[in-house]
Amino acid sequence: MIGIQPIDQYAQLISEEKQHSVLDGSSAGTEKRYQVLHKDYADPDALRKLAGAIKDHTLHHLGHYLAEAEQALVSRGAKVHFATTGDMAKQTILDILRGHGVERLTKSKSMAAEEIHLNPFLIENGIECLESDLGEFIIQLDDDEPSHIVKPIIHKNRREIARTFQAHGIGVDYNDDPETITRRARVHLRRKYMEAQAVITGGNFVCADTGRILLVTNEGNSRFGMAPVKVHIALVGIEKVIPEEKDLSVFLNLLGRSATGQQLTVYTEFINGPKSPTQPDGPEHFHVVFMDNGRTDVLASNCREILRCIRCGACQNVCPVYRQASGHAYRSNYGGPVGAVLSPLLFGDRFPELADLPKASSLCGACNEVCPVDIPIPDLLLRLRDKAKREHVYSPAAIPMAPFAALATQPALWRTAMTMSKAMNHLPISVAPVKPLQDWLGQRTLPEFHGGDFRKWFARHKQGK
Amino acid sequence: MGTCLCDAFYDDVARATVEILEYLGVSVEFPENQTCCGQPAFNSGDWASSRKVARHTAEVFAGDLPVIVPSGSCAAMNRHGNLLQFEEEPDAAVTSLANRTWELIDYIFHGLGIRKWPGRFEEPTRIAFHRSCHSRGTKTGAAVRQLLGSIENAEVVPFGQAEQCCGFGGTFSVTFPHISGRMGTLKLDKIYEIEPDLLVGIDMSCLMHLSGLATAQGRHLKHYHAIQILRDTLIPNSSLA
Repeated sequence: MIGIQPIDQYAQLISEEKQHSVLDGSSAGTEKRYQVLHKDYADPDALRKLAGAIKDHTLHHLGHYLAEAEQALVSRGAKVHFATTGDMAKQTILDILRGHGVERLTKSKSMAAEEIHLNPFLIENGIECLESDLGEFIIQLDDDEPSHIVKPIIHKNRREIARTFQAHGIGVDYNDDPETITRRARVHLRRKYMEAQAVITGGNFVCADTGRILLVTNEGNSRFGMAPVKVHIALVGIEKVIPEEKDLSVFLNLLGRSATGQQLTVYTEFINGPKSPTQPDGPEHFHVVFMDNGRTDVLASNCREILRCIRCGACQNVCPVYRQASGHAYRSNYGGPVGAVLSPLLFGDRFPELADLPKASSLCGACNEVCPVDIPIPDLLLRLRDKAKREHVYSPAAIPMAPFAALATQPALWRTAMTMSKAMNHLPISVAPVKPLQDWLGQRTLPEFHGGDFRKWFARHKQGK
Repeated sequence: MGTCLCDAFYDDVARATVEILEYLGVSVEFPENQTCCGQPAFNSGDWASSRKVARHTAEVFAGDLPVIVPSGSCAAMNRHGNLLQFEEEPDAAVTSLANRTWELIDYIFHGLGIRKWPGRFEEPTRIAFHRSCHSRGTKTGAAVRQLLGSIENAEVVPFGQAEQCCGFGGTFSVTFPHISGRMGTLKLDKIYEIEPDLLVGIDMSCLMHLSGLATAQGRHLKHYHAIQILRDTLIPNSSLA
């Protein structure tokens, strides 16, 4: 019973600097995101529900749409690969790269790649792999982990980034002006783009009807990466497929607004397939790797709604626990509410080890309120808590509920306990029966017990009538 | 009418609930065998325990009367949480309770159709209204704001990051004491920024948490359930206190 929840412990131990960065970074823009959604749409909730319904429909017919997407992609000249596990996806990508003799590549931001630790794997296998998203590039320099889906370096401030650049000799001196940092990164990256032989990207959406893959960025780094190379590999989760290209009118409008408060991301790329003979440049070889890696298990669970996620990070930004604890507290690349649901399910064999994540929520519902695909995250957190209890997973600091239930189903005993509770008013904190309660009372005062007073008043009141 | 927190700590809120509902012509019953809605066990993930409590509650409140609770979170438990924990084995009594449960102010505003409150503060009063999380996505928050705002001399003043949770979350505040404490302190800071005369809510649990933190930090916070405000601005000197 005595113990401390890992996420609460983590929040207690992170540096004040990091805590401020995360709190400020996630709180900033909340109002803007709300406004941009409500300014352009009379009923954004209806739009969120529609997006959720389209995703749900797709997930219910995932086999059908994946097959359709595969056919369309192949007809456009893409090579399609399916990987059941993360290891298979990594091996597939390595084989493709070796097949084309690739030694150097750039990679744009991809949560699927983070999920399977693709970068370290490729580097171990002798392939130079450079992150081209500015945030991910800084993470790579620092040998750090991303802590936010859209803003991977939300936990860093510009002074830390300037120190990193200085340590790596990017730029001539220490300079923490954001524009200078960006300009220096650009100069450094441009040279690397030209030296690369391949590009790896993720995929935000795969349109089953046309086989076109959508990529959104704000830095244009993925299209820059594609321009000079012969090989493009897109790694996408199988849940990224949508039925028709016209569905993008719903998703693209929601994605930018929910993620960053933009009506549309700066770059929206439609990948048609490999370069056509009439095009002057672009990759001649286009490989799409569809990755399962636990997703079909999630689909079979009672939390399948989490597969609707379009990785906008809105739930992280509004989550009061994420804001205090940072994404790193969640021990996977998916931090915050979405991670608290997704990680224990996706990495199914590690469920007992990750079963504390769904507990890290006051169930305030802020995540569901902003979710562009209306995922009922609090319900899913609750279902996972139920699963953990049924599977007898140890939970630190848990308060035993069976005695409570016994009391709450015996009304006479309950009434007695209520009346007796007044005696508690005179007891010191140190006699509180459990350690967590002592901690609680150390920070807060409890009002006086008035057990039985209302019932007495009510009985007199009724008699008086 | 159902409540356990007000039964244990906030008898005046329960009393105000009865007084105002009766003022509005509603006859109130308080089933003696009621205990708790079961939310602590439900939120902890011990659904075997919480289903027992929910069945007991559904039995105690059987019938066709509306069930009024002076708490957004108990309302959410009866209306939504119960359906979730019984989704594999639907229970007719539990479903019936879900369909008949109202949060108190929601009942007054939407159930009884009261849109304006004839109360009066003696002096101009600035109110910080904490819309507790369990009323998120419902029309309750707007209803409370409208009723409070219609009281003579009352001003409901918005404060920053109002969408953020107070950090209570029942057992959450016990199992995550540090994060919960920081959340509450942040909320208090935002509330104090607007220098309100009163903090008003529709869940005594949130107010208990916030006032408990404030007191421990040496800050003063006059806090009331909205129903106490409705009563005290209408019927002076009616309070037990």
